Amino acid sequence: MMADVLEVATGARPGGWAAPYKAVLASRIRAQRAYPAGFALDIVGSWLVGLTEFGELFVIFHNIGILGGLDFHAMLLLFGLSNLSWSIADMVVGHVDTLPTYVRAGTLDAFFLRPQPVLAQLVTSEFSLRRLARLTVGLVTMCVGLVINDVTWSVAVVGLLVLAIVFGTAIFAACFVAAASLQFFLINGAELTNTFTYGGSYASAQPAAIFPTPLKLVFGFLVPVAFTSYLPTLWILGLPGPSLLPTWLVWLLPVAAAWSWAMALLLWSWGCRHYQGGGG
Amino acid sequence: MHADWQTYRQLFVAGFRRQTAYRLAMFAGLATNVVFGFIRSAILFAAVESAGGELAGYSAGTISAYVWLSQGLLGAIQLTGAAEIGDRIRTGDVAIDFTRPVDVQTWHLAEDLGRAAYSMIPRGVPSVVVGALTFGLVMPATVLPYVLGAVSIVIGVAISFYCRYAINIVGFWLLDTRGVRSLYMVTSTFLAGLYVPVALFPDWLHTLAYLTPFPSILQSPIDVVSGQVTGLDAVGVVGMQVFWLAVTCLVGRVLTTAGRHKLVVQGG
Repeated sequence: MMADVLEVATGARPGGWAAPYKAVLASRIRAQRAYPAGFALDIVGSWLVGLTEFGELFVIFHNIGILGGLDFHAMLLLFGLSNLSWSIADMVVGHVDTLPTYVRAGTLDAFFLRPQPVLAQLVTSEFSLRRLARLTVGLVTMCVGLVINDVTWSVAVVGLLVLAIVFGTAIFAACFVAAASLQFFLINGAELTNTFTYGGSYASAQPAAIFPTPLKLVFGFLVPVAFTSYLPTLWILGLPGPSLLPTWLVWLLPVAAAWSWAMALLLWSWGCRHYQGGGG
Repeated sequence: MHADWQTYRQLFVAGFRRQTAYRLAMFAGLATNVVFGFIRSAILFAAVESAGGELAGYSAGTISAYVWLSQGLLGAIQLTGAAEIGDRIRTGDVAIDFTRPVDVQTWHLAEDLGRAAYSMIPRGVPSVVVGALTFGLVMPATVLPYVLGAVSIVIGVAISFYCRYAINIVGFWLLDTRGVRSLYMVTSTFLAGLYVPVALFPDWLHTLAYLTPFPSILQSPIDVVSGQVTGLDAVGVVGMQVFWLAVTCLVGRVLTTAGRHKLVVQGG
């Protein structure tokens, strides 16, 4: 025990830098299996959320054939990609929105004393398996979308899919971190941060062609969620993009992700500096 | 045993005043409503355009009214499934509540109506104003829809409260109502017509929705205020709301009585 403490203190950690994160995450996963009934209900609940979002799409396309240049089949791919990336991000970092609870209780101070970055501790403070339910909704819809559309398979298509899922997840994760950063300032205004997370997810699942110019600028460039699913869908299906969002932009996905993270980390460090501590 | 009108009026005022302390939260709620309103307007505008300018009785202007009225009412109707009575059951405070000379259900209703009334000032009206200034909306030019609409909104808020009350009363039997509440939130928001107007639903889903009280919470008040239904039809819609008001109130009362028998007060 003493040796462990010393090793942590001197920075020489057994099993490399990732070992403490692994140990923490494993314990979080074990904890969730302790209450199987609550866990099952949670799974059903998250699955239903995905289902109602799909229901909205279904109802709209029950009435019309084409929305913003995309038909129902293309929308399945768009919806699937958006849901998949968002739910991975939600599973990995979604719980950073518990920050105000720690701030209010004054327990955040302890996070600053431990030898891990505060953000990393928050991220590993939970790993919710129930969010896997949402992930399956996204994965299944995306696969159906890929099969049902006439996709000309090539290395580039597979490469783009991987790119979209990896960097799309990164963009959504950045939204979560940016939202959490604002919580340092808005203890009672937690709802505002939903605009970044749920609003971003909602906007990303729409064909951006339907947005008026200001919204295109916001969701295309400021909070670039159009990169996560809309642009990849256009490219995979060989469709032209609307004004401001040409299809070739999709290859700038890594740039969009880097921009999102730069903004998120800036907001985070700003928030951390603003934090005054709970005293005691 | 039963308190008089004055007591409930004061509880209403207390519910209203309590909200004035959370201005930032109200502003945050408004900002969220507005952003979602933008996205929803864009979707439904595109849908109306794709359908050739008219979709299930909506034009671009009236569907915009639907979007912004629903965003504006969101704060008042609270589809989240949370109600204070749930916390009081969990902590056991409810035992004390039963000894007070007021009806527990009506007491919480009065407070909730006060809360809802306040939310119309920083959230309800500004949402509709933002919608009118950005996307533009078509509202009735006569007075009657607004008068009947105001009645309809109050009934909608009350039905929403009675539903949430009933959901939370289940806490007498379940240790953790979180699962039930989240299921309630998901179903009620969809069937109340928050994502897409109920008029757009396919027949089977439309029928299913109107077999629940949820459209009476949101879709019906919006239909009446926006003049989507008028004259005797509008009175019929409000009549339907009154029916659901009675049903949900009764369910809550029956559950309260049953729960009360189950309640065990320990120590003193």
